[in-house]
Amino acid sequence: MSENLNEKNGGPGIPASEANGYVSLSARRQSSGKLGDAVFKGVSYAFALSVIVLMALLFIVLVKESWLSIKAFGFSFIYTSVWDPVAQEFGALPSIYGTLVSSIIAIVIAVPISLGIAIFLTEMAPKRLKGPIGTAIELLASIPSIIYGMWGLFVFAPFLSEYVEPFLIDYLGFIPLFTGAPLGIGMLPAGFILAIMIIPFISSVSRDIFQMVPSILKESGYGVGATKWEVIRKIVLPYARSGVIGAVILGLGRALGETMAVTFLIGNAQEIKLSLLEPATSISATLANEFTEAVEDLYLSSLVELGLILFIITFIVLALAKLLISRFSYKGGQL
Amino acid sequence: MRRMLLAFSALLVASGFAVTASAELLNGAGATFPAPLYSKWSYEYAKQTKLKLNYQSIGSGGGIKQVMAGTVDFGASDAPLGAKELKEADLVQFPMAIGGVVPVVNVKGIAAGQMKLTGEVLADIYLGKIANWNDKKIADLNPGLALPNDKITVVHRSDGSGTTWIFTNYLSKVSPEWQKKAGFGTAVNWPAGVGGKGNEGVATYVKRIKNTIGYVEYAYAVQNKLNHAKLNNKSGAFVDPSMESFMSAAESADWKGTPGFGVILTNQAGKGAWPIAGATFILVPESPKECAKAKDVLKFFDWAYNNGAAMAKALDYVPIPKNVSDLMEQSWSKDIKCNSQPVWGK
Amino acid sequence: MGLHYQRRKLANYIALGVSVGSAVFGIVFLFWILKDVFTFGFAAINLDFFTQVPAPPGEAGGGMANAILGTLTITVLATAFGVPAGILAGTYLSEYGRKSKTAFVVRFVSDILVSAPSIVIGVFVYAIMVKPFGGFSALAGAVALAIIMLPVVVRTAEEMLKLVPDATREAALALGAPHWKVTVSVVYRGALRGIVTGIMLAVARVSGETAPLLFTSFNNSFWNFNLTEPTATLTVTIFNYAMGPYEDWHQMAWGAALLITAMVLLVTIISRIIVRGRAG
Repeated sequence: MSENLNEKNGGPGIPASEANGYVSLSARRQSSGKLGDAVFKGVSYAFALSVIVLMALLFIVLVKESWLSIKAFGFSFIYTSVWDPVAQEFGALPSIYGTLVSSIIAIVIAVPISLGIAIFLTEMAPKRLKGPIGTAIELLASIPSIIYGMWGLFVFAPFLSEYVEPFLIDYLGFIPLFTGAPLGIGMLPAGFILAIMIIPFISSVSRDIFQMVPSILKESGYGVGATKWEVIRKIVLPYARSGVIGAVILGLGRALGETMAVTFLIGNAQEIKLSLLEPATSISATLANEFTEAVEDLYLSSLVELGLILFIITFIVLALAKLLISRFSYKGGQL
Repeated sequence: MRRMLLAFSALLVASGFAVTASAELLNGAGATFPAPLYSKWSYEYAKQTKLKLNYQSIGSGGGIKQVMAGTVDFGASDAPLGAKELKEADLVQFPMAIGGVVPVVNVKGIAAGQMKLTGEVLADIYLGKIANWNDKKIADLNPGLALPNDKITVVHRSDGSGTTWIFTNYLSKVSPEWQKKAGFGTAVNWPAGVGGKGNEGVATYVKRIKNTIGYVEYAYAVQNKLNHAKLNNKSGAFVDPSMESFMSAAESADWKGTPGFGVILTNQAGKGAWPIAGATFILVPESPKECAKAKDVLKFFDWAYNNGAAMAKALDYVPIPKNVSDLMEQSWSKDIKCNSQPVWGK
Repeated sequence: MGLHYQRRKLANYIALGVSVGSAVFGIVFLFWILKDVFTFGFAAINLDFFTQVPAPPGEAGGGMANAILGTLTITVLATAFGVPAGILAGTYLSEYGRKSKTAFVVRFVSDILVSAPSIVIGVFVYAIMVKPFGGFSALAGAVALAIIMLPVVVRTAEEMLKLVPDATREAALALGAPHWKVTVSVVYRGALRGIVTGIMLAVARVSGETAPLLFTSFNNSFWNFNLTEPTATLTVTIFNYAMGPYEDWHQMAWGAALLITAMVLLVTIISRIIVRGRAG
C-alpha cells in the first residue's frame, strides 16, 4: 500500500528517500495529485450524473416511442377498456385495473403477515432462531420471479383450483368477488403469489424499523405492567408508523412492476371482471405477451405507453415510500 | 480493486474475440403453428450442414413485425399477407406446410372425436352466448353424450397469432354475429375467456383447467393427447381432423392465381375437407441487406421443400406439393433481389 | 382485575400466536417452493443437461448447455458494464458529493431505479438498441441487466464506503497522499468486503431476471458465440418451456429452475456469511 501511495507521485528527479519522506512534499507532487484528484472526481461525478441521465433518458425514450398512441387516444387511453388490435383501438384500463387490483390483493395479504413476521423476529424469537428465520424469510426475496411463476402455474394453481377456490365459491360465492369457475389462475392467484414475493421486503424493512424503537420506551411500557402485545400495539407500532407505511408502499412498488410471476398466473384476458377468480391482465403481463407480436406502429406505441404508465405509477409510489422511510434514515436500496 | 478491474477488462477483451469467432447463424421468428416442424428441420439441417437456423416461435404477428423491423432474417406467419401489404412492406411470401386448427375440449368422460360441434355453435361458445356444457344447442348435436352442468371456460390466444387468424377467419365465415362483434385477425377483441401464450400456452391451459375448450394447431393436439371435437364442414359432413381432411381442404387452392400466394383454406367445399385448414407462410425481405444470408435462408427452405416432406408428415403437417414448391422457387428468382441481382438461381 | 387481566393476557397470546403463525407461513412457502424446485429439478439434471443443446419437440434428450453459457455471458457482461460505473458513482456520493444537491438527487433517483419495473427497462433497451441496430443480441440483454444493476451497485458502494471512518481518510491525507489515491488505496480497501458482497448480491439478482431479456437477448436454440446475435438464457428458456405443452420441456424447465435457484441461494447465503464474519 505504501508503495502504491508513492508510485506515481515520486516522479523523475525525486530521490526515493525524499519521496518517502512526507515532510518534503514537492510542488510537483502536489500538482500531479491535484490533476489526479480533478480527473478522479470528474469521472466519478460523471458516473453519478449518468444515473440521473439514465432516468431522464428512460422517460424521454418512453414518451417518444409512445407519442403515436398518446396523439391518437389522448387521455381516453387511460379510461377506456377496449383492447382491439384488429380495429386498432387501444384502451389501457383492463391492464391498469389488473395491475392495481392484483397489487392491492398482494398488499392486503402481505401486510399483516409481514408485520407478524417482523414482530416475531424483533420481540419474540429466541436469539438463536432470529438469524436463521430472518435469513430464511429473506431468501424468499432472492428466489427469481420466474421461479415463482413456474411454481405458481405447476404447483400452486392446481392446489388453488382443487382445494381453495371451490371452497371460496361454495362459502363466499354470495359475494360477487368470489364467483366463477375454479381455474387456479386469475386475479386472486396472481395477487397471492405477489404477496408471497413481497412479504420478505415488507417484513425485513419493518424489522429494521422496529429495531430502531428505543428500548427505553419499550421498557417503560413493561415497567407499568403492559403485556408484550400492548407494548407492540401502543408503543412500537405508533413509533414506527410512518416507516412501516413506507415499507408497505415499497412492497407495493415491487408488486406493481412484477412481471413473470403475474404473467404465468393472471390469465391474460383483456377484461375487467368483478370476480377475483376470473382471468385478468396487468400492464407487465400485457407487455410480456404482446410486445414482440405487435405488428402495427400504433399497437406497438400503445404498448410502450402502457410501459410509460407503469413507470410513472411506480415512480410516484416509490418516491412516496422513499420519503416516508427516509424519516427513519433507513438505508434504502438494499434489503 | 485493481485486480478486479483487470479481470473485467480481460473479460471485455475475451468477449471481443467472441465477436469475431462467430458461427453461421440464421434467425427467424414467428408463427407457433409450424414451430415443431421448423425446429425439427433446422435440427436435421444443422447436422448435415454447418448452418444453424434459430427459429423462435413468438406468434405470427411477431414474425411479421420482426422481419419488417429487420431484427430477424425471415419471419413466419400463418396469416397470409395480401399482395398490397407485401408490396408495402417489401416482403416475399411463400407457403411451407399445410395444417389444420382443431377445437380441443377438456370435459370429464368425453374422449377425442366424441363431441360434435358446428361452426355456429363454436362461434356462440367463443362469443360467450353458450356458457354451459349442457346447453341445449350442444346437447342436440350430441344426443349420446353425458354433458356436465358446468360452465365452459374458453381458452384463446393472448398473443398475435396465425392460428387465431385461421380460426377467427373460419368463425367469421360461419357466424355473422362473430363477424360483426370480433372479426378476424392475428389478435382480436375476445368476447370471453382465458388467454394462453402461443399454441403451447393454449394447450397447457386446456390440459390443466377442467371444462375448457380451446383451439390449437393439429400437431399440438396430437402431441399433447388433447381431445378434439368433430366439426361439420361446408358440405354438411362431420369430419375429424387428419392429414387427409387437410389435404382435401387444400385441393381446391389456386396458388397460381392468388397474388402473393396468400391462399385461404378455411370452410372449403370438399366433401371430406376439414373446415379450419390453412397454410403457413415464410416471409423474407424483397431486397435483403445481407445477400449471403438471404441466400442461405432460401437454401434452407429449398432443402426443406425437397427433403422435409417425410419429417413434416411424421409431425402431422401436410407438405407442400412439388408443383407448388417449384412455383415458389420461380418466384424467388424473380422477386428477391440483392443489389438488383437475383439472390436465388439454380 | 382478574377478568380484565385475563382478557389482556388472552389478547396477548392471540397476537403473539398470530405473529408466530406468520413466520411459519413464510417459512412454509419457502420450503414448499424449494422442495418442488429441488425434487422436480434433480429429476431433470443429467450430463446431457450441461453438454447438449435443446432437441426439437418429440426428440428425446437434449440439454441446456447453450442457455447456461448465455446466462453466464450476459451476466458477466452486465457486471462489466454496471459495476465499475456503479462503484464510481457511489464513490462520488460518499467521497465528494456527500450532502450536495447532486448527491441528493442521485440517491433519490437510484433508489427509485432499484425498484423500477424490469420489463420497462426491457422496452427501453429494445427502443435504443434492438430496433436501431436491427437485431436482438446478447449485448442488448447485457445492457438491460447492467441498467438494473447500476443503481443497486451505486447505493451499496456508497453505503459501504461510508462505513470507512473519516479518521482513516484524514490519516492518509495527512500523510500527503492526494485524495483520489486515498480513495483508491485506503477507502476502497477498507470497504472491499462489503462492496464485493453487494456486487455478488446484485449479480445474483440480475442472473435470475427474465422480463428485461424477453425483448433484448431473445432466445436461441443453438450455441451462440457471437454477442450481436440472439442468445439463449436459462430464464427465458424456462419461460418458453414452462409455457409449453411438452412434458420433457417442463422437465427441462424445472432443471433450469433448480440451477438458477441453487446459484442465487448459494450466493445469497455466502454473502450473508461474509457479512456476518465481518460483524463478528
